[in-house]
Order: sequence, then C-alpha cells, then structure tokens
Amino acid sequence: MLEKIRDLTCGYDSGFLLQDINFEVKHKELIGIIGPNGSGKTTLLRAITRLLRPKKGEIFFEGKDIWQIPLKEFFKKIAVVTQNPPVNSMSVEEFVLLGRIPHYKRFQFFETREDLEVSRRCMALTNTLRLKDKSINQLSGGERQLVSIARALTQDPKLLLLDEPTAHLDITHQVGILDLIKRLNKEFGLTVIMVLHDLNLASEYCDRLLLLNNGKMHKTGTPQEVLTYQVIEEIYNTIVIVKENPVSLKPYIFLVPEEERQKGITGRRGIEY
Amino acid sequence: MRKKTIRWAFWILGLCSLLLVTTLFALCTGSVGMSLKKILRVIFEGKGSIEYSILFDIRLPRIVLGFTIGGALSLAGVILQGMFRNPLVEPYTLGISGGAALGVSLNIVLGLNSTLGILSLPISGFLGAVLVILLVYSLSLRKGILKIQGLLLTGVMISFISSSLIMLIMAISRTEDLHGIVFWIMGSLEEPNWLLIKVAVLVSISILIISYLFSLDLNALSLGEEEAQHLGINIEKTKRLLFVLASALTGLSVSVCGIIGFVGLVVPHFVRMFVGTDHRILLIGSYLLGAAFLIFCDTLARTIISPLELPVGVITGILGGSLFVYAMTKRQVLLGGR
Repeated sequence: MLEKIRDLTCGYDSGFLLQDINFEVKHKELIGIIGPNGSGKTTLLRAITRLLRPKKGEIFFEGKDIWQIPLKEFFKKIAVVTQNPPVNSMSVEEFVLLGRIPHYKRFQFFETREDLEVSRRCMALTNTLRLKDKSINQLSGGERQLVSIARALTQDPKLLLLDEPTAHLDITHQVGILDLIKRLNKEFGLTVIMVLHDLNLASEYCDRLLLLNNGKMHKTGTPQEVLTYQVIEEIYNTIVIVKENPVSLKPYIFLVPEEERQKGITGRRGIEY
Repeated sequence: MRKKTIRWAFWILGLCSLLLVTTLFALCTGSVGMSLKKILRVIFEGKGSIEYSILFDIRLPRIVLGFTIGGALSLAGVILQGMFRNPLVEPYTLGISGGAALGVSLNIVLGLNSTLGILSLPISGFLGAVLVILLVYSLSLRKGILKIQGLLLTGVMISFISSSLIMLIMAISRTEDLHGIVFWIMGSLEEPNWLLIKVAVLVSISILIISYLFSLDLNALSLGEEEAQHLGINIEKTKRLLFVLASALTGLSVSVCGIIGFVGLVVPHFVRMFVGTDHRILLIGSYLLGAAFLIFCDTLARTIISPLELPVGVITGILGGSLFVYAMTKRQVLLGGR
C-alpha cells in the first residue's frame, strides 16, 4: 500500500467540503479521479499534496501520516503537476532542474553532476531535451505540459500527481501525454493519481477510477464498473450511451444531443458483461 | 552547466571591477581633484594633511555608505520582486519609507533632535519604519498565512496615508523645520557618524549572506507559492523571513540616508536583463551593481553643481530611468523578462 486516505474531511472557508473520503492506492497503480465540475477533485489533490489541512481523518503515505513527514522528505517522493503550469522566462533546463530542489543538501547551492544527469534523463524521457535552451514562455501548451512533467520526474518521485494534464490540449498532445504517463507507470513502476475531466480518456488509460460528486465519494472501481450509463446519467444529469471501444474493449461514452433524444433512443444503452 | 558557473564567475568579476573603478573615480573626483598617484602619496604621508582628511573624512565615508545603501536597496528590490513575482515592486512600495519619513518629520517638528541629539533622526526614522512593518505585516496575516497581495495593497495604502500625514505636518510647520524635513526626505549620503556607517555595513552584508541561503527558495517561488511548496519549500516560513529581511534593509537605508528612489527598482532589472532570472547570481549581482551605481550617482550629485550638492535621488532617478528605458528598447525585453 502506497497511499491510504482514511475518513478524510477537508474544505475551504467558503463552505465547500470534501467528506468522508476513504481510498487506498497500491504500488504501481494508475488512478483517475473523475467527477463533475465542483465535485472536489482538485480539493482532494490539494489535500494529498499538503496544501490543505484535513478537518478530520488522515492521509497516510507509506504508512506515515503525511503531516508528520518533513516537507522536503515528502516531496522527494511525491511530485505534482498542476493544472496551469507557471509561465516565466526561465530556460527549460533551469525550470526542469528546479525539480532537484528537494534533493539538495543543506547549504548546497549548485547542482551536482547527478542532478544534471537526472534532469537530462527526464528531459529525454519526455522528449523535451531538444527544447532545453528555449525559454518557458516560448513553448506551446503541449510542450509546457511535457516540461512540467519532466520537472516532476526530476524529483525522482514514487507517486506522481497530475491535475488535468490534458486540459486545453489537442488530441495529439492528449494522447501523447497520457501515453507517456502510461509508459512511466508500466515501465518505471511509477504510481500515478491524476484528475481527469474527459471520461473517455480516463476510461482508456486508468486502472481504477474514483468518481466524486458533491464532495463525496460516489463510486470507485475499474472503468467498466464505474462508467456505466446509469451512473453517468445520475451524476452528470446527461443522457449518454456507453459502448465498448472496439480495440481496447474499454467503455466509451457517447453523448446524445437533444434533437436525437426527442426522436427517442432505441436499443441497448450500455454494455452487457 | 560548468559553462554557467564560469559565466557567473565572469559576471561577478566584471561587476567587482566596475565597483572598484567607480570607487577610485569617486575618490579622485570632487572640489579638490586628485590623481591616483597623488592619492597614493597622500596615504603614504599619513594623517595631517588637508588632502588626507578630504579623502578619509569626507569622501571615503560617503563611498562606504553608497556601497552599503546601494547594495541594500537593490538587494531588497530583488527579494521583494522575487517574493511578489511582480517586477514593479520596490523597497518603498511596502510603505516603509513613508513610515520612516513620518517618524523623522515628527522628530523635526517636535524639536526632539535639538534636545536628544542628531542621532535621534535616524533612530526615529527606524522606529517609524518598524512601526509600519509591524502594521503591514499584521494586517496581511490571515489565520497564520501571509497574504502576499494583501501585503502589497496594505503597503501602498500606508504609503499614501503617511505621505498625506507628512504633508499635513509640513503645512503646519515652521519654515526652518520645513527645510529640514524636505532635505531629509530628498535623501543624501552625507553621514558624519562612523559608528552608524559601520552598523549599516554590518547589517547590509549579513543580510546579503542570509538572503543567499534562500536563493533556491526564491527561484522556486518564481513558479508561484503552491508550486514552490510542491518542491518541498516551507513557503510560510520563507515568505516571513524574506519580508523581514527586505524590511530590515529598507528600514536601515531610509533611516540612515533618507529616501533614495529608483535604485531598488532599476538595478535588479538591469542585472536580470544580462545574467538571467536565477537568484543565485541575481542577489550578488544586484548588490554589486547597486553599490557601484549609487557611488557613481553620489559622485555626480556632489560635483555637478559644486560647491552646491544635488539630492542624490535626483541623479538616481534621471540616470537610472533613462538608462533603463534605453536598454529596454535596445534589447526588446519585457519587464521582468530577460
């Protein structure tokens, strides 16, 4: 067990509350957190990354309460890619090297040969080595996302957290980034938790899904278990049809426009297992 | 990356030589011009001559103070700009100068300096600065979290309030007091008290060293607070410490030299243009360039219309501003960019 969330309740002063979350993440799992806007996906991620203190309950990482782990130690093992990667005029290499900061010793000001090697390797892995001398604000959205992932990998984490890594990207980059994450998960044994908006992408890439609604856990399980048309219609209030992706055999969700709905939907709406 | 270290060493060396040249220029220049050779001879001949006391009692203190304050203001500028991620922040934005000026104005108007001695001026300036720092700090603290934007807004507002109060004081004060206040607010490196200069040097250099320990934290903070925390940086502790360091530098400068504008805003930008955004070089580079810049401006201020002296703030504003606009149009950079 890598991460365990027990009876977690946390929230903001504005009143939004995430309640009674119980969840476990095993080593080398690829988990997707899904749910409608405002369901608490990002809040959960913030709780896991210690930006938000729980009002109740605990989060354990490798058996220890995360709030008991020294900050630097914690972020040697956990890396985060946020939704809007920062934009500034640093060079890509400088930016990626920032990921080594948790590993710096006290009074160490300059990166060692090892730090440089790790950052090079991570840039090569994410196919961003060719960008290394460019400045961050010259990059496209997709490249920026890749560079952020490279920086997170440079932290040499066991657990990688991503908040909507495919938001605002075209399908080439969506698939490129998720393929990369899948590869990191399969080949390098990196445990991944990512918030995803796109249910079909979540279905294709994640081993297990956690569906949140109104700050509560609604359902968790494999994509086949979670993404049924009944569940989606209940949570999202939208008529959908769920079919199998002919290649991957994962559930795929089709939307039905109002015009078609009025004509009436005939035939099976879900997958029979 | 070895290339980077060499490049940085080169920049530091270059800036040190610039500082040295400026210092020698400042030593040679004045109402009594002296060549380098003559200076050497005066030093060898030792105490007693008029030239010796011009060098060591008049010019050297100003140079040392210019070094200290120029460095301190630029350093405070770098720290604050890095912390706020806002290139337009400068040491005086936080209202510290206003507080110090208010303290000094009150001192002058109430005639305290005639009873308590001339040293009470910097002390009252420092008290005013400390008061404002505490006020701005406590107003921006929400549930133990230092709100950066709140800090900025409160600072600007307190600046306005204190400058209005100063105007009020000036409006009701006598002519000779008025002169004293205006003179102090304009800022000058004239400081006859060696002890005060030594204290200033000590504080300014130690803060340079302490702030350097946080250069990586500042680099991380340039990504934003949450991202910095994701790199294992305790942002609350870091923000507080940086705020205290910048405040101490500003309070020190203002209470010793009055208000010398523009150094803290322009110098960090210049350095950033040439050496990049990495705080490991930015902190030292800005300190050195700020020191050289202020020594140079002060030399101009005391020689241009000699025997009269211009307020050094006039020179830093005109020179710094025009150089900066020129460099910006030449290099086609954005503020805060490289």
